[in-house]
Amino acid sequence: MSTYARVPLIGLWFAFLALPLAGWKNSLWIGLGCAAVVFVVSAARASAQSGALAGPAQRIKTGFASAWGFIEEKSYDKRYLSLFLLLIIALPWTLDRYSTDVLVITGIYVMLALGLNVVVGFAGLLDLGYVAFYAVGAYSYALLNSWYGLSFWPALGVGVASSALFGIILGIPVLRLRGDYLAIVTLGFGEIIRLVLNNWDNVTQGPNGILGIGRPYLGEMRLYKPMHFYYLVVVLCIVTIFIVNRLDKSRLGRAWAAMREDETVAECMGVNIVYTKLSAFAFGAAWAGFGGVVFSAKQTFISPESFTFFESVIILCMVVLGGMASIPGVMLGAFILTVLPEVLRELTLFRPMLLGGAMVLMMVLRPQGLLQAKGQRHHLERDKPESKTGAGR
Amino acid sequence: MFAQQLVNGLVVGAVYALIALGYTLVYGILQLINFAHGEIYMIGAYVGIAVLAVLGTMGLTQTSLALSIVLVFLIPMIYCAAYGITLERVAYRPLRNAPRLSPLISAIGMSLFLQNYVQVVQGARDKAFPNLLELGSFQLFGAYVNGLQIFILVLALGLMAALQLFIKKTKLGKAMRATAQDRTMASLVGVNVNRVIAVTFAIGSVLAAVAGVMVGMYYGIVNHHIGFVAGMKAFTAAVLGGIGNVTGAFLGGFLLALLESFWAGYVSAVYKDVFAFMVLVVVLIFRPEGILGGSGGEADRT
Repeated sequence: MSTYARVPLIGLWFAFLALPLAGWKNSLWIGLGCAAVVFVVSAARASAQSGALAGPAQRIKTGFASAWGFIEEKSYDKRYLSLFLLLIIALPWTLDRYSTDVLVITGIYVMLALGLNVVVGFAGLLDLGYVAFYAVGAYSYALLNSWYGLSFWPALGVGVASSALFGIILGIPVLRLRGDYLAIVTLGFGEIIRLVLNNWDNVTQGPNGILGIGRPYLGEMRLYKPMHFYYLVVVLCIVTIFIVNRLDKSRLGRAWAAMREDETVAECMGVNIVYTKLSAFAFGAAWAGFGGVVFSAKQTFISPESFTFFESVIILCMVVLGGMASIPGVMLGAFILTVLPEVLRELTLFRPMLLGGAMVLMMVLRPQGLLQAKGQRHHLERDKPESKTGAGR
Repeated sequence: MFAQQLVNGLVVGAVYALIALGYTLVYGILQLINFAHGEIYMIGAYVGIAVLAVLGTMGLTQTSLALSIVLVFLIPMIYCAAYGITLERVAYRPLRNAPRLSPLISAIGMSLFLQNYVQVVQGARDKAFPNLLELGSFQLFGAYVNGLQIFILVLALGLMAALQLFIKKTKLGKAMRATAQDRTMASLVGVNVNRVIAVTFAIGSVLAAVAGVMVGMYYGIVNHHIGFVAGMKAFTAAVLGGIGNVTGAFLGGFLLALLESFWAGYVSAVYKDVFAFMVLVVVLIFRPEGILGGSGGEADRT
């Protein structure tokens, strides 16, 4: 009973907290809402403990797990895979331009999230300035195109190379830093890049951005429709997924996992930390550059507005929500976080707030994300966080 | 010019130092960067505005200036302490033994949540902070100094002295130092670690609230994203002084603000924030333990 006795108290507490900012009425609602949430959670916990709901909950859990297992098993089956691919190829013919455009954006985010997943998920380096590399890729195409008329395909290479270079430039000074310090420095780096783009008027035209960036050509065909970009992005996503998947299973991928689990032990086991860390930054950044070039070719207009800290956080949220180090999870995260805001247009104002809340809830309730990473790292994963007390020190 | 930049730097330094103390206290105990600390400071400023609005309609600002000044600081302090404790309870305590990335991500989520919560309920526009203190200004070595600046400096220094006394002399302060040195050991000798952590968050938030109200009074304007940049700067200050080190935090606060102020005055005002970030990066790379070194406990910066 005592668990329920705190419900109104918690409601009152949150109403009290909200009072000076939200006013009487809203705080009342906020208090009621918090009380309701706490009530539901504690009721669910209580019934889970007493076993009243154990049957259905277990069934849902196993059902979900077996459905996912089925999908995962079949996803290696070439027949189903080609069917899925056909579906993806056919998709834009059934959608209007706007929805196709949303899917193109989704594809770009899938690339970005997979790239960030290399840094955060595989190598365990929290990068809060990821959007800086995205900006480097986008601006390198925009500038090279508007100044020297460089076309899309070579610019793709240049963008990727320059982003990777920036990744290494960032990586060298932060080699010695770990965890939260690294996060702060990368955040600072992202802000520096954005502020420089914003203020270096002669080159980047500052906050006005760069207009009229050239469209890519495929042979003689000019790619300008959302559908064209859709196919371009699908191809690039497949390339990304293929490479990231291979990387994960490669020697380097195992070195990343070892470094993520314990840097000191990894180093003792002969993992070259300098090389491993720098390559994680370089690979992660390279994908951001990839995405950036496609983004500026698709938008034909870029400005520093598109590369704020919030963007980094969204991409991080995709990785966290979907499941760190899990490739399908990260793709699911990217898909959810780009398509859902389009569906729930009327909630636009609340979007960043809900994202923040979702990140906290995800960490507290399900830190492994929606789809947990599978495979060799399964037993490496910290299933019992209690046993890791103090291990980070 | 020099004297003016010095005065400006000192005032901003007082604000940075107060916020930096919150980072440093929490880091000293939990080895956690409380990303949402900047938002607490922002909420302090907003609560200050709300209090002033209520006092204004009650007419108290006319009748008793001293009481209204006390209330304008006191109520945001109480509220921010409540926010800080709630923040710890909701976002950090469940993750205390989780892998290191988890509380960090949860902190970023909380920062995003609070910032946008204020935007939703208060609107995205700048809010005016009503002018409460009409103090004259005078000239000192060619710099204009006004009463408000003196008030801010004195209040900040007073609070810092009080904090030092609290940490050095009281029983709770001793418990805080013990917890910072070794949490498990402290709990073994009878320190209620959860309570100490809650108190730490409360103290940090109270200082941030004061800083928020000060900034509101000083600039007369507040918006919902002041917390982000101020938080970054204050964190830089904390690192500059040696994170986990209380004296270092306010040294770092003043030092960073002065450097920044001179940079803005003599080199480039546009790249002021870039400069602060560069200072952070350079310090972290070349002297990650800061000017005064770390918390004095386990020298861990992993």
